Amino acid sequence: MHELSIAYSVVEIASESARQAGARRVNAVYLRLGALCGVARGALEFSYEIAAAGTLLEGSTLVIRELPARVYCPACQREGDLESVQHFLCPHCGAVTGDLRQGREMDVEAIEVDLPGAEPGTERREEPEREHGDAGTGDSQGNPEQER
Amino acid sequence: METRVLEIRKGILNKNDEIARGLRERLHACGLLTINLVSSPGSGKTTFLERTLRSLRERGKAAAALVGDLATDNDARRLAQAGVPVRQIHTAGHCHLEAQMVADHLAGWDLAALEYLFIENVGNLVCPSSYDLGEDVRVVLLSVTEGEDKPLKYPTIFNSSDVAILAKMDLAAACEFDLGAAQANIQAVRPGMLTLTVSSKSGEGMEDWLALLAQKRMERVERR
Repeated sequence: MHELSIAYSVVEIASESARQAGARRVNAVYLRLGALCGVARGALEFSYEIAAAGTLLEGSTLVIRELPARVYCPACQREGDLESVQHFLCPHCGAVTGDLRQGREMDVEAIEVDLPGAEPGTERREEPEREHGDAGTGDSQGNPEQER
Repeated sequence: METRVLEIRKGILNKNDEIARGLRERLHACGLLTINLVSSPGSGKTTFLERTLRSLRERGKAAAALVGDLATDNDARRLAQAGVPVRQIHTAGHCHLEAQMVADHLAGWDLAALEYLFIENVGNLVCPSSYDLGEDVRVVLLSVTEGEDKPLKYPTIFNSSDVAILAKMDLAAACEFDLGAAQANIQAVRPGMLTLTVSSKSGEGMEDWLALLAQKRMERVERR
């Protein structure tokens, strides 16, 4: 079962983006999983809770969008979704095709976060303090508005 | 507080994929053909590899092998008897190899002097399918003792492989193995997949396998 290590990767990717955005909390993580990505959904959902514990993602919802395996059929020159990954047959004409166009995806699509956010009227103030030297982000924006 | 959706669009295994990409470039620059061997436990990967390494050595070909195992180094000791460089990768309980483990275990080897690098993955038909190790060819072994329907039970690993080896053919009759059914099942989940039948014991099919390796390596060198 490699879903636990997949879950840790999800948490790592989501935490990094959340931190960069200055988020306080992650409410939801949106994934997309292809039918042939090799991850068992149930095992991932189970592992996610464990991996998220003690992070910005603790208690967040994992939203998984499943993508069917899609093939291109050279016989009828159309794409279509396989009815079963056990049978690589064109859903339109029944011809055998192994030309996979979708199905191996395993991505973090987006996260929903709580940002400290602008109190009405106070947005767009100059930010006096920098993030406390977060060496990991490597995004050294010395002067945000470089006038030429 | 303000709630916002941030787009990320990043592969979950992005880190592994990047390491694998770098590894592949490095191995290609050395003209190496890299083979990732996957199968369920006990399907005969090590014996098959042992015979392969021995044959390559007899033909004056330079091969090396990395062997993944959860806990022991039994396989590496066995393979070392073939007289080629072999290293064990202990995964410490991990059910698959990752690209970083492969990269770490190549240190000190003169890759430019090698022609073939074999990576024997951990025996598992599920987890290794998601991890690119920088290989050129993914070879899935299915032994006749496992039954003909393995490809249907594990379509992901069969679909992500380039070559299927039907192993332990010397036991086919005893197991009443239906070769036609097995081949049909492989084709059902991976149309067009090249399938070889071998016996590491009798040597049946080994010539075809070695010829395939030679051809793939030639293609690799020509593309360099």
